[in-house]
Amino acid sequence: MSVGETFTKRLFCFYLPLFFFMVLMLFPFYWMFITSIKPNKELYNVRSLPFWVFHPTLEHWIYLFKKTLFTRWALNTLFISITSTAISLVSGIMAGYALSRLNFKGASIFGTGIFITYLVPQTLLFIPLAEVVHNFHLLDTPWALILTYPTILIPFCTWLLSGYFKTIPKELEECARIDGATRLQAMIWIILPLAMPGILSAGIFAFTLSWNEFIYALVFLSSPTEKTIPVGVVSELIKGDVFFWGSLMAGALLGSIPVALIYSFFVEHYVTGLTGAVKG
Amino acid sequence: MKPNVKSLENRAEQVAPYGDPVPVSIGHVERTAEGVWEKRHVKAKSGYLEQEHILAYLLVAPALIILTLFIAYPFILGIWLSMTDKVVGQEGHFVGLQNFRNILQSQIFLQTVKNTFVYTGVATLLKLVFGLALALVLNHHFKFKRLVRASMLLPWIIPTVLSTLAWLWMFDATFSVFNWVLLKLGLVQRGLIWLGDPQLAMVSVILVNAWRGIPFFAISLLAGLQTISPDLYEAADIDGAGSLAKFWNITLPMLQPVLLVVLIFSVIVTFADFQVVYVLTRGGPSNSTHLFATLAYQVALASGRLGEGAAISLFMFPFLLLIVIFQLWYIRRER
Repeated sequence: MSVGETFTKRLFCFYLPLFFFMVLMLFPFYWMFITSIKPNKELYNVRSLPFWVFHPTLEHWIYLFKKTLFTRWALNTLFISITSTAISLVSGIMAGYALSRLNFKGASIFGTGIFITYLVPQTLLFIPLAEVVHNFHLLDTPWALILTYPTILIPFCTWLLSGYFKTIPKELEECARIDGATRLQAMIWIILPLAMPGILSAGIFAFTLSWNEFIYALVFLSSPTEKTIPVGVVSELIKGDVFFWGSLMAGALLGSIPVALIYSFFVEHYVTGLTGAVKG
Repeated sequence: MKPNVKSLENRAEQVAPYGDPVPVSIGHVERTAEGVWEKRHVKAKSGYLEQEHILAYLLVAPALIILTLFIAYPFILGIWLSMTDKVVGQEGHFVGLQNFRNILQSQIFLQTVKNTFVYTGVATLLKLVFGLALALVLNHHFKFKRLVRASMLLPWIIPTVLSTLAWLWMFDATFSVFNWVLLKLGLVQRGLIWLGDPQLAMVSVILVNAWRGIPFFAISLLAGLQTISPDLYEAADIDGAGSLAKFWNITLPMLQPVLLVVLIFSVIVTFADFQVVYVLTRGGPSNSTHLFATLAYQVALASGRLGEGAAISLFMFPFLLLIVIFQLWYIRRER
């Protein structure tokens, strides 16, 4: 900012655009919230002012908890996300360490392979993958997702962490090894503690990705009790042409809160995960 | 540092005199007061795990097994499936390239190809322009900067289908809030049918996809902007350059590497998108918003024709491969 910047210039170059973006980016969330606490009388009345609620009600929220399987979906999603994140983090740490520190035949092919799988979209493989999951008798169980989500998560965990390990000086490990630590001990006791910020970034990013995943969950799960939040809300709360907009928006909001919370506690880590995973 | 006599002695004792394979166990290691690594329960340092390549293979094994089972194998199975007439619940028979021939002759598929390229092109352009603008705005210093920056990322982090549901409600045929505003302002005589008209439906799905992707561009580009040295701008100021000149000659060229990576990533994700269209239109009205993924889903899961569905998915492959090859080439060149 230069000293001579006038208020008018700052208004047009900064305040107005910022206001525009705030409204554009955040209005849908306000809309979810206001819809979820509107009584049906106001919700389905074209004449009432849509931006405000005059008689707020919790009926849609109560309906969501009492009449739907929402809590069940939330527990499913939590279990699946935590387990698949744990599997991916452990495999990612191991593979990332090997890629960044150890010489082995095929290392560059493995690295390129990881990078390519990172760019494979889920929609390319979901049909044959459903066959594979079916052949392993995993359809309609949480394990269908716990074992397939790592295919999305491991590549970027590996990529992100091998980059992170490279920033830790080799000398630290060498000292430990001279003092008698084995390779594995040096990795576990020297490198891992130092790589904690990177591991946290990868873990947070992996957790939100599995919480948000949709198409595998849609295709591999069919019983209402097995579903995750995104699939449950979209497929079970919309029956035919009847939309319960109040509870739909309550469910959408509630399903977003865990990732929003985790994200708000770890913003910096999340952004590192995001930009790190992209830049490689 | 003192020579680690103790540990050397230990090792001398532990080298198996009878030539037995030396068992390796991972004991806990403690740092003693002298700063010496003392190993307990550790039998030897010369086990299999000390051999670099063996340890490396063991470490990459879990990742390799999962990716082989659930990416490489399905990929090959997908190619096989696409050459069969497999239907849900029945054995498939090899039919060669019949599925691909049928698909290429179908009007719906040609429409889908066109839709996908329009969707990817327009949405990516919107994300680029608005994402860059948002990054430039957020790069200012202002009150509550951290809070505002954090909140701008919300559309990107929350589950896409859930935020798209809010948009579905905002595009509702009768109760659309956009229509309410347009009617009040007197801009339209009667409410627009956002998702019921082929062109408007395409506009709607593109808008929602762009809305979701703008924060990703903005945050990545903001990270890029912050690496540009202020010296460059000061030098330009001395030379009397205007804001526009500085933007074209400093900001854009310096952002180029980040910009390219973000663009490539976004193009892949948008090209293979499923969620926005699935929630808003399911490909309708009259197939005007079908993308590869939604058409494949409809054919394979709604109609049960797995072979044909797998073939439709595979049509994405050549385009994705081109992008990946380009990116690998670019990374090599940068090094």
